[in-house]
Amino acid sequence: MKPAAFEYFAPATVDQALALLAAHGGEAKPLAGGQSLIPAMNFRLARPRALVDLNRIAELSYIRSAKGGTTIGAMTRQRAVEQSDVVTRGAPLLAEAMPAIAHPQIRNRGTIGGSLAHADPSAELPAVMLALDAAFRARSVTGERTIPASEFFKGMLETALAPDELLVEIGLRPMPDRSGTAFLEVARRHGDYALVGIAVVVTLDGQGRCKAARIALLSVGDGPVLAVEAGKTLTGQVPSAEMVRAAADAAATRDVDPPSDIHASAAYRRRLVAVLTRRALGRAFERAGATQRGRS
Amino acid sequence: MTLGVTVNGARYERAVEPRLLLSDFLRHELGLTGTHVGCEHGVCGACTVLLDGEAVRSCLMFAIQADEHEITTVEGLAPSSGDTLHPLQAAFREAHGLQCGFCTPGVLMTLVPFLRDHPDPDERAIREALSGNLCRCTGYQNIVVAVRHACDAHSTPDR
Repeated sequence: MKPAAFEYFAPATVDQALALLAAHGGEAKPLAGGQSLIPAMNFRLARPRALVDLNRIAELSYIRSAKGGTTIGAMTRQRAVEQSDVVTRGAPLLAEAMPAIAHPQIRNRGTIGGSLAHADPSAELPAVMLALDAAFRARSVTGERTIPASEFFKGMLETALAPDELLVEIGLRPMPDRSGTAFLEVARRHGDYALVGIAVVVTLDGQGRCKAARIALLSVGDGPVLAVEAGKTLTGQVPSAEMVRAAADAAATRDVDPPSDIHASAAYRRRLVAVLTRRALGRAFERAGATQRGRS
Repeated sequence: MTLGVTVNGARYERAVEPRLLLSDFLRHELGLTGTHVGCEHGVCGACTVLLDGEAVRSCLMFAIQADEHEITTVEGLAPSSGDTLHPLQAAFREAHGLQCGFCTPGVLMTLVPFLRDHPDPDERAIREALSGNLCRCTGYQNIVVAVRHACDAHSTPDR
């Protein structure tokens, strides 16, 4: 099928884009990379009355490193994020996850902000941002606000963004010392939506105990899921194979209530959560410099 | 709306409806039917073209978004004079890298920038690069052989 007719605008600045969104009172949709919106329009699952194309807004495409961390403009292509040395150094978790997003042809067009604002529960970036505790800067004609990742994702394809609001920047704090990260997912074919995926950030204290563990899972709920119980089992503990296994069990049994669909049953997804949590934590602790006792 | 775009080195100006997909623009407006349309939701890869040198799905872009950009389709691969093929096309012919041919233009357009960035990929890398292109004849084996063939044709004889 083909998309239904719409009014098309291609503003050159964020201010123009915000004015257009406000003028259309929720009936205009911002068009970022279009790798999710255009398929939905091709099938007429989405029929926006107007599109505000953000692709001509040069000021939204950048990757910067500063004292306060790494900032990424919302319209930065996923391919640019994947190939950025600034990201590899400042946000290794994000760098590790990028190749798992669909295919190069999609990443050449898809943007970091577009994927986050779309909030697909199977998408990699929302889980990565939740694990990294990212800060999202959003603007509208009435002002600007910063939304923490933990308050941004509201459910299936839903975010905290108002219809006339635009996600403009993603802010990532510098990694604390003695931190380690890992990203893993299981998909039927490379580039397919993951059956389960996981993004992990762990930080150790001076004594080698786990100070914090943020574990975010994808494809197991209506949005990215923070495995709070699994994190709790680790906090204050010296990482060991037993601790990691206990955290993985907590994640699989207490943190998630995964769906069944044609790709995987709930029970299989739970099993994947346990296995991937164990592996990702093991890898992250190792990268954080922990001397693990026993094998996980 | 008026669209000004360079396709395979030639400049075109056309009035288009905003909802016209780039894939349909190339096929219906310019008659460049080498770009194939399969799934229209970004899964099959048959419509892959180069946008400013990088592989993209032409079914996941509106033609108007290509305004002032440069597009290369499969028709632009071989030199326009004579009947010489692009080295990758020649390797596909040599190694029987296509059966029905429907996926071939998308496969080629995916591989051109891939081989530019990775001139000597191993089989695993080739298969990963092609994971966004579906061949319903399931002829992947010879596609991979053809890619290695194209690489070897450009490398030192002792490899």
